[in-house]
Amino acid sequence: MNYIRLDYWDLGLAALLLVGVAALSLALQLKIEKKLLWAGLRCALQLALVGLVLTKLFELVSPWWTSLAALAMVLFAGREIMARQERGFEPSWAYGIGTSAMLMAAALVTIFALTTAVKPDPWYDPRYALPLLGMIMGNTMTGVALGLQRLTEGARQQRPGIEALLCLGASRRAALLPVTRQALTTALMPIINALAATGLVSLPGMMTGQILAGVEPLEAVKYQLMIMFMIAGGTTLGAVVAVFVGVYRLTDSRDRLRLDRLAGD
Amino acid sequence: MLSIKNLIRPGLEPVSLELAAGECIALRGPSGAGKSLLLRAVADLDPNEGELTLDGTPREKIPAPEWRRRVGYIPAEPGWWSERLSDHFQDWAAQAGPARRLKVSPEAETRRVSQLSTGERQRLALLRALEHRPEVLLLDEPTGPLDEETTAAVEALLREKQENGLAILWVTHDKRQAERVATRRFWIDRGRLREEMLEEAGQ
Repeated sequence: MNYIRLDYWDLGLAALLLVGVAALSLALQLKIEKKLLWAGLRCALQLALVGLVLTKLFELVSPWWTSLAALAMVLFAGREIMARQERGFEPSWAYGIGTSAMLMAAALVTIFALTTAVKPDPWYDPRYALPLLGMIMGNTMTGVALGLQRLTEGARQQRPGIEALLCLGASRRAALLPVTRQALTTALMPIINALAATGLVSLPGMMTGQILAGVEPLEAVKYQLMIMFMIAGGTTLGAVVAVFVGVYRLTDSRDRLRLDRLAGD
Repeated sequence: MLSIKNLIRPGLEPVSLELAAGECIALRGPSGAGKSLLLRAVADLDPNEGELTLDGTPREKIPAPEWRRRVGYIPAEPGWWSERLSDHFQDWAAQAGPARRLKVSPEAETRRVSQLSTGERQRLALLRALEHRPEVLLLDEPTGPLDEETTAAVEALLREKQENGLAILWVTHDKRQAERVATRRFWIDRGRLREEMLEEAGQ
């Protein structure tokens, strides 16, 4: 494999584009130049840090350091899910549900991918484990956050209908089934759209990366397909776990709808 | 039939009440006095405590869905989970007769639930609840939005069910309706329930 290495001078040129856009914003008085430059700076710092950490982890190939990095990723994802809830579950519950759903889904799918499809040696080789986990988790996190938000929003909006079902003798699961369906549809919409549009509208980032690194397009496509299926599996698993735990948290053992357990305005 | 002893929930003082099979109790009181809070607590829709029994069986021994099916509750503004009316009934075709009795036009079926009038929805919610053959009905202003003639039709239908053993706890603002439909009348104010004395009722 050979590919064109970038030196810092090339990177600086690309960064110049960002500066140019910021200048445009200044000229047009759009007031997004500060946010844009700050975000760009943050991105550069975070990625540089990740680069350093990954270099170290790849040298070590230690199961302990690899799982520690994976755990840190899961905890960050849980925090992100919590931050994305608007008038949803109380923060501690959102964090708990989000983190446990992520942990289960991402760990299961990543270990499945590593031990059956990719099979690096050793199977926990961070060069494979961490990028796979990162891609699966980024998407699963979006799905879980969307699903939980839609569930709590739907329960609030459709409370009269839910309670009407309860009053006619429906169990909590049956009464919340319409809202559960909506929540899962919303959670899975991005990945379903991505599956349908890939290749026609966009070339996925990972595939592009492999092609740039000199991999044959058909080989890159195989990897990409595997990743897409893993992402779909992980997102579904994570969203289903989170939404079902959410349904139980929204109701109690006497099959009551407990909107009082949601965070206030 | 339904026995309520020391029912406690926020917003209510402890409530005790006995409702016999075929009996109708009317409940009146100013807005915000706790009428709906009481009905919701009896239906076990909100957290509450107390000794409630149905036919002698304690509420805790009856699964909540079964309790609510047997102790039906119809709020002042009933909820709907689908825009198609027939989705709300186990057998919509069988409702044609009762619907006609309650003066709901037969073409109601062709309209979306949100397009029905408040009064039509109210009567349809009553039919929807009766389809599950409850033993007790908790009614919150079931004829609030209805004219005199339709109110009479609803009262007649309920009286018939009552003769077959249905027990009713009927919240109403209308004193004359309370006297018409109920054998006992209660008054609730600031979360406190008491029975209206006969002389009071006669005023």
